[in-house]
Amino acid sequence: MDECFFIFVEAHLFFALQGTWHVITVYYREEHFHSKISLMLMISPRMATGMQEKQYSPSLLSFFIYNPKFGPREGEEEKKILFYHPSEVEKNEKIRNVGLCEAIVQFTRTFCPSKPAKSLHTQKNRQFFFEPEENFWIVMVVRNPMVEKANKEGRPAATEYQEEELLDNVYGAVLQQCYSMYKLFNGTFGRAMEAGAVELLTQKLEKFFYRYLQTLHLQSCDLLDVFGGISFFPLDKMTYLKIQSFVNRVEESLSLIKYTTFLYNDQLIWSSLEQDDMRILYKYLTTSLFPRHSEPELAGRDSPLRPEVAGNLLHYGRFLTGPTNLKDPDAKFRFPRIFVNSSDGYEELHLIVYKAMSAAVCFMISASEELGREFCEQLDGLVGPQLTLLASDICEQYNINRRISGPEKEPQFKFIYFNHMNLAEKSTIHMRKTASVSLTSVHPDLMKILGDIHADFVRVDEDEEIIVKAMTDYWVVGKKSDQRELYVILNQKNANLIEVNEEVKRLCATQFNNIFFLD
Amino acid sequence: LGESFGDNHYLELCESPVQFENASAVNNVFFDEANKQVFAVRSGGATGVVVKGPDDKNSIAFRMDDKGEVKCIKFSFENKILAVQRTSKSVVFPDKRSLKLLKSQSINVNWYMYCPETSVILLSTTVQGNVLQPFAFKNGTMSKMSKFEIELPAVPKPAKLSLSERDIAVATIYGQLYVMYLKHHSRTANSPGAEVVLYHLPREGPCKKTHTLKLNTTGKFALNVVDNLVVVHHQSSQTSFIFDIKMKDPDSTLNIHLPVLPPWSIHPYKIPLTGTSCYSSTWSVFQPDIIISASEGYLWHLQVKLQPVVNLLQDKGKLMDFLLRRRDCKMVILSVCSQMLIKGDKGNLPVVATVFDKLSQVYKEYLEAEQSYTTAVESGASRASTVHKRPVRTQAVIDQSDMYTHVLSTFTERKDSSHKFVIAVLMEYIRSLNQFQITVQHYLYELVIKTLVQHNLFYMLHQFLQYHVLSDSKPLACLLLSLESTYPPAHQLSLDMLKRLSTANDEIVEVLLSKQQVLGALRFVRSVGGHDNISARKFLDAARQTKDQMLFYTIFRFFEQRNQRLRGSPSFTPGEHCEEHVAFFKQLFGEQALMKPVTV
Repeated sequence: MDECFFIFVEAHLFFALQGTWHVITVYYREEHFHSKISLMLMISPRMATGMQEKQYSPSLLSFFIYNPKFGPREGEEEKKILFYHPSEVEKNEKIRNVGLCEAIVQFTRTFCPSKPAKSLHTQKNRQFFFEPEENFWIVMVVRNPMVEKANKEGRPAATEYQEEELLDNVYGAVLQQCYSMYKLFNGTFGRAMEAGAVELLTQKLEKFFYRYLQTLHLQSCDLLDVFGGISFFPLDKMTYLKIQSFVNRVEESLSLIKYTTFLYNDQLIWSSLEQDDMRILYKYLTTSLFPRHSEPELAGRDSPLRPEVAGNLLHYGRFLTGPTNLKDPDAKFRFPRIFVNSSDGYEELHLIVYKAMSAAVCFMISASEELGREFCEQLDGLVGPQLTLLASDICEQYNINRRISGPEKEPQFKFIYFNHMNLAEKSTIHMRKTASVSLTSVHPDLMKILGDIHADFVRVDEDEEIIVKAMTDYWVVGKKSDQRELYVILNQKNANLIEVNEEVKRLCATQFNNIFFLD
Repeated sequence: LGESFGDNHYLELCESPVQFENASAVNNVFFDEANKQVFAVRSGGATGVVVKGPDDKNSIAFRMDDKGEVKCIKFSFENKILAVQRTSKSVVFPDKRSLKLLKSQSINVNWYMYCPETSVILLSTTVQGNVLQPFAFKNGTMSKMSKFEIELPAVPKPAKLSLSERDIAVATIYGQLYVMYLKHHSRTANSPGAEVVLYHLPREGPCKKTHTLKLNTTGKFALNVVDNLVVVHHQSSQTSFIFDIKMKDPDSTLNIHLPVLPPWSIHPYKIPLTGTSCYSSTWSVFQPDIIISASEGYLWHLQVKLQPVVNLLQDKGKLMDFLLRRRDCKMVILSVCSQMLIKGDKGNLPVVATVFDKLSQVYKEYLEAEQSYTTAVESGASRASTVHKRPVRTQAVIDQSDMYTHVLSTFTERKDSSHKFVIAVLMEYIRSLNQFQITVQHYLYELVIKTLVQHNLFYMLHQFLQYHVLSDSKPLACLLLSLESTYPPAHQLSLDMLKRLSTANDEIVEVLLSKQQVLGALRFVRSVGGHDNISARKFLDAARQTKDQMLFYTIFRFFEQRNQRLRGSPSFTPGEHCEEHVAFFKQLFGEQALMKPVTV
């Protein structure tokens, strides 16, 4: 065999800083030219300890938005605060906390003017800073996870904060998502300022974040939040073209429609909306709107195609936004409005979400148009029957394809894939997302390793590969090739580095054979 | 097609008719249906006989003795023998000829009708004359076909000859022989008008009544068959009806047909001196498409003009069905396609889809026939017994390049069509081709890409490629590469495509090297097993250009190891032209860094 391995050990700065982890970074070079592969051995103390303790997940301590320019003089500090959660906090404390953040940001700016501070680590919590628009700052304070050790001798329980558990990139992304979601439904902060000064902005912030913050589930945030990706529904060419045909026909008949997106099983198939807008809209649809409407859907799924209501309804189509029942004489024809990017700034649109069986279509229409009963009935009559048919076509085709590929091709691997170019993500680690939490099938510690590897990838431009040996026979492999990232979790008893490497190669050959993915 | 808009004359007489001396007291005119020749016999032949055929430019002229009134005069095939009939029971051949009786059949015959195209003779038998007995002639033999009965509108009492030869015509329609019966309006039956009943006369098997063409009017009619259409001329209204027996009314299972188009007159023909002429009472009509005006001395072929049909048939699906069955349809169909894309009415896309599907269907049938011909020829070349006929490519076969050249490329360049509609139409055409499993040519994809790029719709393009709607090909991958500067993700899309093609490994290496991804290129080559054959110089050049010394070291060492493995020595051969790089390596890392030969 002509291949020779050079293995040398090197202290790895990032992990060494984390203290509690035992880190060995192994650079291994194969034939001298294999790109950098890092191997890390990690032993988490948490995994090794016993059962007599109580775990507390990270939680939201506070969330506030301020603009330092709004109360520059002493005594006017309160004016800076545009939104503060929890609202019952005493005014002076609010001012103090905002002041502290302002000071930290100002202070750290002197070190690196182009990149202000993003987070502050303390023993009990971690603060995240984000300046989405000039001088508007959003701050999120998250309490570190805690372990409460039960005490046998009746002494008060000792609380231990786990300072290094939270990942900056994950919660930083969650914070940015908060802003993106606000912007989707309200436009920029600047827009509200123009339209109605601070009063309108604070009103809007209050209205939006009061509800939105309740839906934040900080304990289940992970790498997928960093990616903010879109799951695409796998589909054959012909069915895809049929969907194209359907979308084009509807847009032609109802020429008010500016953009259309098509989803099946909560996965995207088509979007004429631009990528960045689609990303946040997708997030809204899959984590908020669809889960809220999933119950009646599940009930109707098994029943065969039949007229739902006596009369002309020979389809399963229904509005998820706007009127719940067209037959209702008091039906309201109001749709949520969204803001998307356009060539001249942003545009405001009605968001119509219409669903038949597992197929959901979003139609977006300029907000300046009046939408009434007539339009909704026309849309229902046109789209309902076609979409019902299309949905059953897709379902049938999907089942055929699955039968062809067979169950043996179903991945036994646990992996997360993400492509920065089209935001495509695929995870076999995450279960179906529900309204409340995204369930993962692996231990949080492994999820954290994924996040750490990603943070490593972000720091370098080159293609890279990192292999981590975690506890309990788990191996975690991260690969970065061009704009794609792949994370694989393997659980093989007594596997060695070469075997793990081979296993990942095999995964790439079966799952990713149709893309250019360097091995 | 320089006709004014609104010209709905979809029938016309051919531009260059056969002209002959018009019938008069001294000039008798005869027409021979078999050779399609007109005989002008002056003074019983004494002052000359002029014979003109439809195709031959030179007429035949001769004299013969006037031995009484000529009842009928004909040439044999290729004008070899002339036969003249002067009495009802004798035929004279100017040359001395003898006839031999080959076969005789004893039947009471009222009248006969001969179809020269198919060599079938129809004999009218029985008292009413409505039982027809066909015979087929083939290679000098005569065979009796099964006889059949024409249903009369009313049975006369007492029985008498009720079926006239004037009401019967024989013609080939869509390759099949039909007996056409002009069934006049009967006062007793509650029918609103006359109809033409078609009896299909197969080579073997019984004759069957298959189609009924409803005229819904009464009067004097004459029949022609042009381009597989049955044309019924109605004298009193001076209009003609056309029927297409393949055009089925979806609601009817009885094969009852209505005229394809509203009845219209034949385009008036301008005759010098006498003026225009149409539906004259002196017209004689012969099968399949001949109209003779003996009094004016003209023989025309009747023709169908397709352009006026476009305006008269509003239903685009029906129109396409109609056009696709016509002989000279290609340019008309292509102009219909162009037209429908310009109008851009609401709800136009379903129509566009229907039209595309109809074109694809015919195109696919031709491709399949061609395919099975090719395989048959390849596999059965030794067996001479089966003669494979190459499928005929009719004008109705409209392929992708026709569509591209005449319709789509001009359509996409039009300033007034919205890009949304352009893309929708292109995708609809691609969908149609896919539905009929026709391989889409890459220039169609290029058109899609061009349109998307023009309007900055890169995200749409990305999605199309993601779902492989735009199929992989090297030209397409190269096109994507060229888009990288305006849309960076095109690079990844292009590499993916090259990878899937699996025949483009060299291109992948070039792309990676051009991006200075020397290590990536080398790893790729190794993964596909080509690393023993690549040029060391090319990679060392690329590595040196990166100005990354460690990279250069790594690449250099790789090739030293390859040399060692392949030739037992790490040094490069003069043929590899790497001297310059060896010197550079020594300069950077020193002589001692060169790999030492390993002796096993």
